Amino acid sequence: MLYAILCYHDEDTVGSWSQEQDAAVMKKLAVVQDKLTKQGRLGPVARLLPTTSAATLRKDDPPVVIDGPYAETKEQLLGFYVVDCNNLDEALDVARDLGAANPGGAYEIRPVGMLNPGSLKT
Amino acid sequence: MTDTAWIDAALTSARPQAVGALLRYFRDLDTAEEAFQNACLRALKNWPQNGPPRDPAAWLIMVGRNVAIDDIRRNRKQQPLPEDEAISDLDDAEQALAERLDGSHYRDDILRLLFICCHPGLPATQQIALALRIVSGLTVKQIARAFLVSEAAMEQRITRAKARVADAGVAFETPGAVERSERLAAVAAMVYLIFNEGYSASGDTAEIRSPLCEEAIRLARLLLRLFPAEPEIMGLTALLLLQHARAAARFDAAGAVILLDDQDRSLWNQNMIAEGLALIDKAMRHRRSGPYQVQAAIAALHARAARPEDTDWTQIDLLYGALEVMQPSPVVTLNRAVAVSKVRGAEAALEMIEPLSSRLANYFHFFGVRGAFLMQLGRNEEARIAFDRAIALANTSAEAAHIRMHLDRLLRDNAPRGAKTSKK
Repeated sequence: MLYAILCYHDEDTVGSWSQEQDAAVMKKLAVVQDKLTKQGRLGPVARLLPTTSAATLRKDDPPVVIDGPYAETKEQLLGFYVVDCNNLDEALDVARDLGAANPGGAYEIRPVGMLNPGSLKT
Repeated sequence: MTDTAWIDAALTSARPQAVGALLRYFRDLDTAEEAFQNACLRALKNWPQNGPPRDPAAWLIMVGRNVAIDDIRRNRKQQPLPEDEAISDLDDAEQALAERLDGSHYRDDILRLLFICCHPGLPATQQIALALRIVSGLTVKQIARAFLVSEAAMEQRITRAKARVADAGVAFETPGAVERSERLAAVAAMVYLIFNEGYSASGDTAEIRSPLCEEAIRLARLLLRLFPAEPEIMGLTALLLLQHARAAARFDAAGAVILLDDQDRSLWNQNMIAEGLALIDKAMRHRRSGPYQVQAAIAALHARAARPEDTDWTQIDLLYGALEVMQPSPVVTLNRAVAVSKVRGAEAALEMIEPLSSRLANYFHFFGVRGAFLMQLGRNEEARIAFDRAIALANTSAEAAHIRMHLDRLLRDNAPRGAKTSKK
């Protein structure tokens, strides 16, 4: 069974870490990741850029783009995509295509800062 | 992180919201700051035992408010004849206590707190110092260090600035749309000033002053969270990130300036660049351009170029043209001329800056740029005069050293045959 582990933390707090503090945390996390990689159990790991860089596509008819992260709490996180795009407009186009196939709810579009593809065999 | 480091981080990030709310209750900066300090002391005692509260800012506001109201009560008992003002203040506070903590206030609280520091009667450096003290919560010692002055001098500066803003009488009512956007513009300009104070450091002080840049980025992100749909705030945040991304490449080991063309681009911080590019992308979708967005777009074109020769100078020329219309200034034209020299040559660029000579007669960069254009055109004697003038106007030793390097090259290339031996 594959499990996704979704990371939540207070962004203000993480954002006020100095570069050294941030690097120290990442180093400790890398130790855990390395162990899993060697066992062939680690899938993709992403660190997302701050929520201030996010945009949200509400899958209404027609779809509406809103600045900022997805803020409602009545819907739940059901899945995610990682797509290579040249800019936000391209990412929104992809999201609109997906939304046309599956209306309702919303997509939050967040740039990925760091991606470790992992060692999982599919 | 150590046990108390998470508390420090939580207190720092809660500070603008908590002090802003306390200021709204007590309408007095000193009372608000003191209330926050007292709340922090209690947090340091309470949180390690009970764990962090769900909402640290709300906790600090509640505790800070209760402690301050107790203090006011105690003082009232000690003074048999209280002043009328003190009583009415207390009434206000008690009324506020009945009010539920309301998230919709926070945005205006933080904006007001920042706006108070932008008092037009205060010189820019005092506005910055005040904001760093009150909003960011840096210690006087940290601020003094970043400004390269003594702690006593900085203490005095901040005390004076506080007295000045206390008399200013900033409105505490929820601002209307126009007033809110005016406040936001003033605050954005101040955040930009804080950044520049750190960014304009010379090589030998860059490390000491870079916390100013980091703090400015933190404040810009805070503004963006409060106003997520403002393209100029996206532009400002992007601009600061894209500029600061080059920090590690801007000076050599001896502290001398390294120009953009000569920087080791592998030292640029790719995370900051990615975030800056994402933000400018987002801002452009609004089709409501502004000076921060244009400057960020220029910085983005530099950031996108893997090598200096990949830089899209034609686009940069156009963007500076747009900036000239929005914010006419000889300095913007001077910057545009550098782009023009790459696109249409030094002759055209020189022609563009000639009309600026009287207005920029005491501006270091004008003579540095003019000298470089003249040198490209082989007009070495005129170039030498311009460089000499630049050195006389240099603000830092790093600037002077950079021009001297040009001058040395010029003298070497220009030296008549046998000059070296005849001098000896």
